Order: sequence, then structure tokens, then C-alpha cells
Amino acid sequence: MGMKKPEDVVLFKNNRRIDGRKLDELRPIKIEAGVLYRADGSAYVEWGGNKILAAVYGPREALPKHIQDPRKAIVNARYNMAAFSVEDRKRPGPDRRSIEISKVVSEALERVILTEQFPRATIDVNIEVLDADAGTRCAGLTAAGVALADAGIPMRDIPVACAAGKVEGKVILDLCKEEDNYGEADMPVAIAPLTDEILLLQMDGHLTYEEFEKALNLAIKGCHIVSEMQKKALLKKYEKVLEVE
Amino acid sequence: MDEQPKIAIPSMVVGDAKKFRPGRGTFEKNGKIYSTRLGLISKQANFINIIPLSGVYDPVPGDTIIGVIEDISPTNWLVDINAPYPAILHVNEVPWHVELGETSKYLKYADAILAKILLVDETKKILLTMRERGLHKLNGGQIIKIQPIKVPRVIGKKGTMISLIKKYTGCRIIVGQNGRIWIDGNTKGVEKATRAIRKIEAEAHTKGLTVRIEKLLKSRS
Repeated sequence: MGMKKPEDVVLFKNNRRIDGRKLDELRPIKIEAGVLYRADGSAYVEWGGNKILAAVYGPREALPKHIQDPRKAIVNARYNMAAFSVEDRKRPGPDRRSIEISKVVSEALERVILTEQFPRATIDVNIEVLDADAGTRCAGLTAAGVALADAGIPMRDIPVACAAGKVEGKVILDLCKEEDNYGEADMPVAIAPLTDEILLLQMDGHLTYEEFEKALNLAIKGCHIVSEMQKKALLKKYEKVLEVE
Repeated sequence: MDEQPKIAIPSMVVGDAKKFRPGRGTFEKNGKIYSTRLGLISKQANFINIIPLSGVYDPVPGDTIIGVIEDISPTNWLVDINAPYPAILHVNEVPWHVELGETSKYLKYADAILAKILLVDETKKILLTMRERGLHKLNGGQIIKIQPIKVPRVIGKKGTMISLIKKYTGCRIIVGQNGRIWIDGNTKGVEKATRAIRKIEAEAHTKGLTVRIEKLLKSRS
């Protein structure tokens, strides 16, 4: 957003986008559950050019003691971008942007986890962005959802996220890097697919009300497609258990 | 189980609320029963339960566990039981007569104990007891950790697997429900038992595991 488009970048050609997709098409997505040995649950997601690793630890005792909540568990997500994840080196450590994403993702996950079953405990979710290519918070939250299920944490639903936006006056699904940089709006949406309850909704840029509604519906549609992939990834890891039981 | 169990993942429909009632790991919504966690679907009486396939140890009263002393106070010990919460062992629940303030004479920091879970209340306060036959302080030996959900596999049907390991290695082995295993014996035996347990953990859900473990235990190295 906000960047001036160089003359030689063509975002649309014959109703196809810069990477050859249709307006309502997702980038190729690969999801794998349970990739880390030491974490209680983990997931790896490749979403277009994004490569994201999510690890879940807990529920475990929340320390220091004063942060404990006697009625429910704390959900503590930490979004972090690797120094090598973007073109120019990213200065390591939390910055304004990643603190914000950590907060909104924590709150989105807290809505679906049955936190009241684990009073005084904490559930830590680490989202590590290895390679970034627009839409990392959506891919990160999607990975976190699979990792939480893999960790055996009781949940109402598996959270899933997808972005929609506006580029050159057209409402499109799942923006890629060029579209994000030179477009007019980017809107990440996270939902609980069972009820379509919105867990996260942010917007950068400008949309009219009609465009907003169109983009929201498009994003929710995208979320449902990704949700099916999440479920497939989980079943794939655990179906071999059936061979003996 | 005569019918093939099915895998459940969170938010998956696992049954009809008219025919069944929601049990552990499920919730009911609009006449349907949904799973809340990853596990196997099990139908018991008219309840649908989810048997977890992953996750941390969930303490249940009556479980025999291996705990490690974490903190000492004049009337009780705080014990790490590999659950999200520490457990309390009161002086009245140990087999010795402990004078006030003499707790550290009996169990010190980092001592391992074999204890039973007495009570888990809704605030997740956990009480332990050692006043039962066979419960004692664990002297010597070493403790290894496995995933708590794989404990039944290490024990085997009616304890076949664990007695197999004991027989071939000559070790004394105690398996705690919380995923801690205490092993004592000669160096070679302990090493072999550890290797066997690690193999069981890695291949917990494969066919003919007992046969392969026996082969491993019989081999010389």
C-alpha cells in the first residue's frame, strides 16, 4: 500500500493477475501438521511465497505467577519475522508491527480455544515467518490453528484466515506482494468456519461500503477453502494411527 | 472394539444429539455433537467420547505417577508431575511421621517419588498421596520422559510389553501415567531398555510392534 507503482509493473492483463491467477483465486497452499519433535504441536504452511512455521507449547504453568488468570488459560501468541524473510534484512526482535500482529492473533485464537478448561495455565503459540510474501498474518494464523489442533488443545473450531483487497479498482482475493504494495486496500479476515464468526478483521487502505462487503464475502469464501486444507493436513498425519487400533 | 474407530478433529461432527449424548472432548450444538480435540471417536453406552491422540498429561484421581520435588514448605511439598499444574503432597499423606518443619529431612529438592493422585478439583488443585502399598521414594536409577498418551503402549496389553523389557534387560522399571519412566539396573540394561522404550514411542501406532521390540531386546548390542 502507498508505494508508487513503477511504469513496467502490469497488475492485470486479460482479466488475469500479475501471477496469472483469476480475481477470486488463492495462491497454491501446502499445509503439514506435526513437523517439530519438541513442541507439543506444530505446523508448517507454504502459502504462495510465504513459508511459516508455527509451534504450540502447553497448556503449561503460567510464570511469573502474577500473570496467571484463576478462571482461564492465557493464550500467548508470538509472531516473529526472521531476519532473512524479506528482501532487505529485517532487524531482529519485536517491532511495532509484530507486537500488533501478536496481539490480534492471540485474541483471535483465544476466541476458539476452550481456555476455561485450563485455569492458571498458559498456551504459547510461536509463529515464525521464514519467508514473507504478503499475507503472513493470515498464513501464520492458519498455521497456528493446525498446530493447536495437533497439540491436542480443546477448541470450538479450527481458526482460519485469508485476505481480500482492492487493486486498480477491482476487489480480489489473497493479495500477492506486488498487489499489496501497489494496491488500494488489503483486508485480512480470520473466521471460525463452523459459524462464520469473525475472529480478526483489519483493513489497510480505503474501500467503499459495497466494496467492503464484497471483499469480506470473498475473504470468507477463501477461508472455507483453506479450512478444508487444514483438516486434510491433520487427518493425513493421524490416519496411520488407524492401522493398528 | 469391533468397529473401526475414526479420527476426530476439532469442529468435526461426530454424532447425532438425538441418538447420543456428548461425552468427554465434545460439545453439542444445533442437535449435533462436535469434537473439540484431535482423537479417536469412541462410543460408550450412549455417550460419544474423544480419546485424545496428543496433548499434555491430564491428571486423573487414582493415577500412579512419578513426581519430582519442586519446592518444600513446613507442612507440604510441591511436586512437579509433568502436568500444567504443580501438585501438593501434604505431610499427612506420606508413610513417615514428619515433625513440623522437618519436611526437608524426608524429601529434598529434586527427589523423585512414586505417588498416587488423590484429588483434582475444578480449580485444578492437585493433591497427592504416598500412603498406599507400593508407593515410595525412588532412590537411584534414572528417569526418562515419553509422551503421556503413549504410556499405554509402553505398558502393553495387560503389561505384556513392559514385562518383556524387564525380562530381557533385568532392569527394574516403573512407568508413571504422567509419561515419566524410572529405570534402574546395570548400565547396559538401562541403555537397552531406554532404546526399546524410545522405539515404542516412535512406532507406537504400527503393527507387530511387540515382535520387533522382542527382536531388538534379544540382539546382542
